[in-house]
Amino acid sequence: MNPWSAIRLVAGREISIKLRSKAFIISTVAMIVAFVALALVLKLIGNTSGTTVGYTPANAALSAPLQASGKAVGKDIEVKEVPDEQAGRDQVADGSLDALLIGDGTAVRVLVKEDLDDQGRAALNVLAGQLTLNQQITGLGGDPAQVNTAVANAHVEVQQLEKPKEYNGQQLVLGIIAGVLIYLSLLLNGQTVAQGVVEEKTSRVVEILLATIRPWQLMAGKVLGIGAVGLIQIAVIGAAGLAVGLGSGVLTISASAAAGTIIWLIVWYLLGFVMYSIVFAGLGALVSRQEEVGGAVAPALMFVIAGYVVGISVLPSDPGSELVEILSVIPVFAPTLMPMRLAMGGVPVWEAGLSVLLVVALIPALIWLSARIYRNAVLRSGAKVRLRDALAA
Amino acid sequence: MSQRLLEIDNLSKRFGTTVALRNMSFDVRAGELFGFVGSNGAGKTTTMRIVLGVLAADEGAVRWDGRPITLDTRRHIGYMPEERGLYPKMKVGEQLGYLARLHGMSAAAARRSVAEWTERLGVAARRDDEVQKLSLGNQQRVQLAAALVHDPEILVLDEPFSGLDPVAVDVMSDVLREKAAAGAPVVFSSHQLDLVERLCDRVGIVRSGQMVACGTADELRAGSAIRVVVEAPHAPEDWANDLPGVKILARQGTRTELELGEGADDQKILTTALATGPVHEFARRRPSLTELFRNVVTQEVAR
Repeated sequence: MNPWSAIRLVAGREISIKLRSKAFIISTVAMIVAFVALALVLKLIGNTSGTTVGYTPANAALSAPLQASGKAVGKDIEVKEVPDEQAGRDQVADGSLDALLIGDGTAVRVLVKEDLDDQGRAALNVLAGQLTLNQQITGLGGDPAQVNTAVANAHVEVQQLEKPKEYNGQQLVLGIIAGVLIYLSLLLNGQTVAQGVVEEKTSRVVEILLATIRPWQLMAGKVLGIGAVGLIQIAVIGAAGLAVGLGSGVLTISASAAAGTIIWLIVWYLLGFVMYSIVFAGLGALVSRQEEVGGAVAPALMFVIAGYVVGISVLPSDPGSELVEILSVIPVFAPTLMPMRLAMGGVPVWEAGLSVLLVVALIPALIWLSARIYRNAVLRSGAKVRLRDALAA
Repeated sequence: MSQRLLEIDNLSKRFGTTVALRNMSFDVRAGELFGFVGSNGAGKTTTMRIVLGVLAADEGAVRWDGRPITLDTRRHIGYMPEERGLYPKMKVGEQLGYLARLHGMSAAAARRSVAEWTERLGVAARRDDEVQKLSLGNQQRVQLAAALVHDPEILVLDEPFSGLDPVAVDVMSDVLREKAAAGAPVVFSSHQLDLVERLCDRVGIVRSGQMVACGTADELRAGSAIRVVVEAPHAPEDWANDLPGVKILARQGTRTELELGEGADDQKILTTALATGPVHEFARRRPSLTELFRNVVTQEVAR
């Protein structure tokens, strides 16, 4: 029997055990439900963010300028004609209109239920200013349309020293979701690896296994098996999330950008998982009881958590943060930070490439180190084996 | 075939400052049952773990049929570790099948073998149960099945009899005899010395990481003094005191146990005893393995 069939057998066992485990099925379904719910919530919020303003026939001329001024202050304003003021009043009262333009159209007067939000008020103020200006121009014998065109064409001219990176709001959200997914996957699947190692150690089955296959084959099979299941899980969740997002219209990015995000997500999940789970397997071998697993893997877990926390707290407000840019190339933080940045866009190709390269280069060193710890510690049951002893023996 | 040897050659192993094995050497012939006895911590488990490659020796070698044992040879060893171990949450049948396949069996052969051994060891009905749901005795049977399921050519069993009920002990003994009869060298350790004496062709006694005595039970007895038990109801307390070369080991009621040393003559003992009156029993006593073991171990301590 060659090493690969041994690894395949070990991996096969891990996969079949995991796919049948209730905890796995429940957590996957829960994550998919969470994503669908998130998409629906975003859609709901999206629908209420616009303002609907009604107008009486006398104010019809104001509807187009109102929309234009709304756009100028960054507010999406929908307009709707009502047959008469009384009908409009009723609609304001029942909430289907946020505001109603009343009067004869020579001045901006609105009726609201309680109050108007700031942006809506700003839009209406701009409109009022415009209207007054038009009236003044007409009074002075000018042509308001001509003046408005001239004004509209006047722009400040900006000279840039550097070209800014463009961040799209949706990609920001996507980046954060990518970060959360990677973080959760590393956390859950990495822990599973460590727990699996301890299970074999506690139940002593490891002694029978090691009489047949080499430690590194057992470790590799375990990491690959659990990794494969995690990959299926993250792909299913990612695809479901994107499908719901695109289908419901919450996400409007192009399909190719979405595919790119998923592919990077998978690449970084794989790199991160292999890197961390190898370390988790080595650290897990130091202890003999499931309750001690958490403490044993904590030192490695700190890096995952630190990367994630930095990413999620810095990136949304400052996607171009220099700190994150530097950290995301360092191997221990790259698996959590790089996919976030990649999903947000604007990562230079050399940075993306370098970070992958560094992690790939680090993995063999980690395998060597972990295999050493594992080999020396896995048969010593009882008290926690000190890391120094495991490395020295 | 009978020339094939499992050789344990000069193994040494230390853990930090503790010496676990010191020049441990013995060999087991194909078709032979070899009993491995010794106090706790004498080095039995360490030796077996080294044979299985679970531990690496500092010095020395293990050979089968003249060639050093490799990972491939190890696939043909049936091993039962002292610390019993199976996946608690895996089903019995699945688990045995997995272990058989890890040892290089094809899926179909593994299935057949699992069916055969679970049947034979009386756990066939529990094949679809998780191991942790079985009683301790049944878990032991599954553990034995795990050592046998891949049809090994060599058996190395650490304390296979501990925790077994009498029926399971018989099943286990039969299986071991049968494996040996089929030409496998069988090594097992045990603290049940009467069982070892009954089953084994040869016995090795270890102490402090060294083999101190090794051979058939008769060979082991050869060095020890002859003992005689005499029951002479009318003999006075001191009837045997003046016999040359004779040491009185014990006197219980009318029975006297004597050890014959240099120049002692058992016929002289009998006539002396008869001179005191009737003799109801006059018997040579072979020391049991337990006594031999005790002797060997205490000699070592005295040294």
